[in-house]
Amino acid sequence: MLEGIFVDGLIFSLMVIGILISYRILDIADLTCDGSVATGAAVATMAIVAGLPIFVALLLSFLAGVVAGMVTAAIHNKLKIPGLLAGILTMTMLYSINLRILGNKANVPLLRVETLYSKLPEAFQFLSPEWASLVGTLLVVLFVKVLIDIFFRTDLGVSLGALGGNEQMVISQGINPEVLKLIGLGLSNGLIALSGGLLAQYQGFADANLGIGMVVQGLAAIMLGEFLFSTNRISLLTLRAIFGAIIYKALMFFGRKYGYLVNITPNDFKLLTGILVIVSLFVAQTRNAASTAGAKKKAIARSQAKNMSDKEDATNA
Amino acid sequence: MLDLSNITKVFYPGTVNEKTALENINLHVNKGDIICVIGSNGSGKSTLFNLISGTYPVTNGKIIFDEVDITSSPEYRRAMTIGRIFQDPTKGTAANMSIEDNMITAMTKGMKGLQISLNNEKRELFSQLLEPIGMENRLKDNVGLLSGGQRQALTLLMTVMSKPKMLLLDEHTAALDPRNAQIVMGLTERYIKEYDLTALMVTHNMQFAIDFGNRLIMMDEGSIILDVSGEQKSSLTVEELVRRFKNLRKKNFDNDEGLLTD
Repeated sequence: MLEGIFVDGLIFSLMVIGILISYRILDIADLTCDGSVATGAAVATMAIVAGLPIFVALLLSFLAGVVAGMVTAAIHNKLKIPGLLAGILTMTMLYSINLRILGNKANVPLLRVETLYSKLPEAFQFLSPEWASLVGTLLVVLFVKVLIDIFFRTDLGVSLGALGGNEQMVISQGINPEVLKLIGLGLSNGLIALSGGLLAQYQGFADANLGIGMVVQGLAAIMLGEFLFSTNRISLLTLRAIFGAIIYKALMFFGRKYGYLVNITPNDFKLLTGILVIVSLFVAQTRNAASTAGAKKKAIARSQAKNMSDKEDATNA
Repeated sequence: MLDLSNITKVFYPGTVNEKTALENINLHVNKGDIICVIGSNGSGKSTLFNLISGTYPVTNGKIIFDEVDITSSPEYRRAMTIGRIFQDPTKGTAANMSIEDNMITAMTKGMKGLQISLNNEKRELFSQLLEPIGMENRLKDNVGLLSGGQRQALTLLMTVMSKPKMLLLDEHTAALDPRNAQIVMGLTERYIKEYDLTALMVTHNMQFAIDFGNRLIMMDEGSIILDVSGEQKSSLTVEELVRRFKNLRKKNFDNDEGLLTD
């Protein structure tokens, strides 16, 4: 049961890392995610149904996501419109494309076919099926995380970080920022689609509506993670994203399990996720305000102490 | 080295806001020239720099750099050989990254690959390069922690370490306090000599413009109204400059004098 939260959270964490790349590292508000996660699920499902190996199916869903992200980046680059609008355009177009991929059906089940989650228990027979799924997913996620960490240590990865911080600086170094955005958004959506591909196998079907509200969920996870510790190192940023994703899924799990006590149904989860993001932002803001207030208090104390000692000096003299 | 011919720049053409920022500019920059550009606000100095570095396209005219027509080449491509430093110290570095990451990005110009260039050998080199600006022990610090003067010094270092052929300095010490401005200016002189650079520098300080470099250009209302070099330049005085400006433009100088300080 609890293993389920972790598997769910780990699959989700790949998407969160993707959103981390677009929102936090590139500083582009990219909504392509809502479409590309469903694209990933659709591509993986259809590939597996067509009898392709699971590894190939996941690779295809990753590549489909890369293409989706690049389309967003290309719209943003060439038409000079904000990334937000470019993402919405791609997301909307992807909805139709996803239905096409699924053969004009809103839902395609993965019945009587081998998926990652039917194979994992076979591969780790010494474990219970739940634990086998968990260990397998963990290995996949760690593999991807390490690759991402290494990528952002390379010269290309460092220049992507610079793009998010200061686009003019990147231009001044002779780098075409448009190419960096193609690479960055491609990678981001590739990971998001890969997450979708795993999710379809875990839940046993692909759904054209899978992606609705995913960006907000991802943001909620990122913000939950940011409460854990502050860092600037990429390996810790991705680790934090993974923790945030698992915490988010755990919250949702307990919401589903005990929510009925306060009359909360899964229908309310999108509202709750939105509120969670707002609360996280609010808490972050109050924290800042609190540190400012604390600094002010100390400053007052210092100036009072100084006034006192000045007075004493005056009386002594 | 750099040839501007018949450069005109019109902003917002065809609208009520239409403004001719530069009118038929012709300028030939020789290799090794160190040119100070002076002129009041709105005279077109920054527009000239923006056109040379490719931030805006020209409305008319041709830009030839090193015998190559770069009139329509994008800004990032020109940046391979033309280094530019802005007045705003935050423009040249990425605040969210460490000094070493900034430096590794600046070390080689152009699109980056998947190799990891940052190693201890490079860190050693960066330490040495940072020594003159007193930041040799701060490789891992985020650039956002640095002061404006330190950031501008780092930007300067990052710009020259990639060995550009030409340097555009757009009032790069104007946002700094006098002491830091002096430090950054000293470094500028030193790097220009050390790396044998050609440079164009905008300044509002007329005395400085007379003392620094081998050539002086004065701009007004989108045109170059004075271009002196060599002996002629070194014998100039601030009074002489102001007098010539008045004569050339035949207009009341009261409003502009405050902007062109000595």
